[in-house]
Amino acid sequence: MTEESALQKVKFYQTGTHTVGNRFMSEANRTVQASIDRSNAITSGHRACQGCGEALGARYALDSAMRATDGDLVAVNATGCLEVFTTPYPETSWQIPWLHSLFGNAPAVASGVAAGLRRLGRDNVRVVAQGGDGGTVDIGFGCLSGMFERNDDVLYVCYDNEAYMNTGVQRSSATPPTARTATTPAVGDAPGNVFGTGKNLPQIAMAHNIPYVATATVADLHDLEAKVTKAMGMHGARYIHIMVPCPLGWGSKSEDTIKVARLAMECGLFPLFEAEHGEVTAVKKIRRKVPVEAYLRLQRRFAHLFKKGAEDHERIARIQRMADANIRKYGLLPQEQPDDQPLEQPA
Amino acid sequence: MFETRIHGRGGQGVVTAAELLSVAAFDGGKHAQAFPMFGSERMGAPVVSFCRIDEQEIRRREPIMEPDALIIQDPTLLHSVDVFSGVNPEGYIIINSTRSFEELGIAEFVASFPPHHVCDIGATELAMQHVGRPVPNAALIGGFAAITGQIGFESVSKAIREKFPPAIAEANVAAAREAYDQAKEA
Amino acid sequence: MLKQIEGSQAVAEAVALCRPHVVCAYPITPQTHIVEGIGAMVKAGTLENCEFINVESEFAALSVAIGASAVGARAYTATASQGLLYMAEAVYNAAGLGLPIVMTIGNRAIGSPINIWNDHSDSMAMKDAGWIQLHAETNQEAADLHIQAFKLAESLSCPVMVCMDGFILTHAYEQVDIPTQEQVDSFLPPFEPVQQLDPANPYSIGAMVGPDAFAEVRYLAHHKQMEALERIPPIAAEFKEIFGREAGGLVKSYRTEDAETIVVALGSVNGTIKEVVDAQREAGVKIGSVSICSFRPFPLAALHEALKGAKRIVCLEKSLAPGLGGMLASNVRMALRSHPLPVYTVIAGLGGRVITRKSLSELFERAGRDSLEDVTFLDLNWEVVQEQIARARELRHSGPIAENLLKALNPGLVERVSPPREANP
Repeated sequence: MTEESALQKVKFYQTGTHTVGNRFMSEANRTVQASIDRSNAITSGHRACQGCGEALGARYALDSAMRATDGDLVAVNATGCLEVFTTPYPETSWQIPWLHSLFGNAPAVASGVAAGLRRLGRDNVRVVAQGGDGGTVDIGFGCLSGMFERNDDVLYVCYDNEAYMNTGVQRSSATPPTARTATTPAVGDAPGNVFGTGKNLPQIAMAHNIPYVATATVADLHDLEAKVTKAMGMHGARYIHIMVPCPLGWGSKSEDTIKVARLAMECGLFPLFEAEHGEVTAVKKIRRKVPVEAYLRLQRRFAHLFKKGAEDHERIARIQRMADANIRKYGLLPQEQPDDQPLEQPA
Repeated sequence: MFETRIHGRGGQGVVTAAELLSVAAFDGGKHAQAFPMFGSERMGAPVVSFCRIDEQEIRRREPIMEPDALIIQDPTLLHSVDVFSGVNPEGYIIINSTRSFEELGIAEFVASFPPHHVCDIGATELAMQHVGRPVPNAALIGGFAAITGQIGFESVSKAIREKFPPAIAEANVAAAREAYDQAKEA
Repeated sequence: MLKQIEGSQAVAEAVALCRPHVVCAYPITPQTHIVEGIGAMVKAGTLENCEFINVESEFAALSVAIGASAVGARAYTATASQGLLYMAEAVYNAAGLGLPIVMTIGNRAIGSPINIWNDHSDSMAMKDAGWIQLHAETNQEAADLHIQAFKLAESLSCPVMVCMDGFILTHAYEQVDIPTQEQVDSFLPPFEPVQQLDPANPYSIGAMVGPDAFAEVRYLAHHKQMEALERIPPIAAEFKEIFGREAGGLVKSYRTEDAETIVVALGSVNGTIKEVVDAQREAGVKIGSVSICSFRPFPLAALHEALKGAKRIVCLEKSLAPGLGGMLASNVRMALRSHPLPVYTVIAGLGGRVITRKSLSELFERAGRDSLEDVTFLDLNWEVVQEQIARARELRHSGPIAENLLKALNPGLVERVSPPREANP
């Protein structure tokens, strides 16, 4: 047993975040973000909103990709919040070579970058493509599926904040049921987005049998970094889907971004798992399960479910059943897994 | 300029026939332009291709409306498509058939052409015999070379050898040779 | 080496001689034979160090080329018609980013009605995207223009479309002199990018630009095209020196000395036009023609020089700008703004409609008598058109236009297939 897993076994979780703090990790395994040598792929001074989950997610993901590749990294970006708030010329926040082409073509552009580098004899330089949920699950879906099926040497990272935030919070096919957006307003008999729609992109990615698919969250930095590092150690098409709360679009407090993301995971609505070649290989257990209500109540996009005296118990229960189905499907509760191995660091 | 129009059905190699003609003419030091009548290339549908041969660069890009020669790969087209449209009355006609012009119902029409300008060749039969498959092109081009004199037989065999793998090429050259000799004798 | 070869295959060989690093392929008629040819060379190993990528759409094809070009790789793709429109967003983007991609357009009509045959609607739709557009007259020129296109694109860092008429050139077998690798290598130096994604020197490409500098960025795209006007003639001259034949340039005049009528056109129809010019010259008619090779940048000065002595200009255009007439004629008029002459628009060859010497002869005779309309539609079947106009006037529910026209053209066929129905009351 390594020192690391010994520490994990003891489970020194921090109060509040319920994650393993840096202080309990060996120095080598502490987060990139704690290191004075971090690449700072996206420097401070960008134009993201306060509490932006995407800014955090992108910095965590790219800094660990930079560490994993010794700085030999090119990033491709779809149009969207991340692209807009990190750039306008000449104040780019990107400290790495970075290319933005269009909204719907980031995966294909990244394929071209990888192919070009290979033919120029520079295959030591690795490629990360990134986009929001709109650029990934909707308009970029065709190019993404093409990149997957060709097994091009690209890590694609989706920062999922569950709607088109850049254009003013419109529904995407990653918007959850009942959520209020500008195009699924909270009016009528069934306010907000409807049930029975939307895409599960990690599952779709798995159906392409690509080498690696993972979900991650800004609520668990160590887990996110470990997954990016693992992905960069592999070749072929890889996909990481990161939950990044959006205070503006979700109507949550800026200081609650990590908390909201953690509750999404702990209620079961956002399961954390890894899959290789189409098979789930590891899941992150929920330490202390919470009801979906705890997650939903922090967000004004779900406020219509909790109207005083007119609570929408039926639809809240329906969301709870979605979370429970995830918990069963992925085996997210420790007691359902008799062999209580530390799954955070799969062998 | 010598202009040839080829009529056949999709799958019979109408485009390949025009290509082979042009390659043979090129081998003979001439300029040639081969092109298909583009569009439906469904199996069995009537299709047309064209080949121009000239001593100098060929500039015109219109389809051939007044051909100096016709190659008819499939005699069932004779009464469903206006294959003779615009044909030069002094021109040449090569038909893939073992039946007489009377049996084909065109005796009266072809009678007005100069002697030895119209011939029917059992190209499919020759192909079955030499190649083992109903691919009439080589034999028809052999016949074309014999009666029009636009391309030499050596050029025909070279074009065939360029297009097909050795064994198939030799079988096709043999079919072309037999058709060439038959047409010369006729 | 002189070869009797299909136009598409000749272009495939010419592109291969340019040593592309990345070639993206998505099938669309009539361009497909080109990328098939390159793919076969990559697979067989005769084209080395080239990535041949089968993508899922034209949008992806050009996007892959954008990524490859941005790391400094030589990138190529080909498309036509709907495919060019499907990638339109990336077409503008590649030019905006200043990436020297070369793309063949196998010119084809745009639907609806769907039509696979030749006209220039596709490249015309992208004429203002910021790409250089070169039109080939023959397959020899199509092959040669690709070699020049890479040089031009990379010297300016601007993408280039080489337009060749679908089927008429792409599917025609004629003799083409395929140059040697040594010749091409001595003409086309390795690609030295002006911008390159490189971890050793990281910068951002493609970031947002606001009102403070956008107009200046766009002006520089225009400036680049103006520079192209200066560079195209010397590139064609250098090409002639190494390869021993003429290809490219801005415009080519044919028998325009003392010509009263000059016909202006793009692409392969110039061959047929020249034959008709020869015939009319023989009959004593003072007529000549000008073939425009570089449609973008549009060679205003060169055209003015080529046309100024004429009494009238006939622009034969394979695309229609509905509501206006012809884009070529509009552009030509600008070249003649200080030297006003009647410029007639003739719309011809739409959707593969054959342009015959016979029709051209009659047309040019009418032009000589100045009896053409401002916009003339060559060989239009006015009878079925008038019938449809009348039908649409009489019946509210007049049905799909295309079907009505074809029924009018083939009355016997329709009766056989379905017996006549009662007309709507």
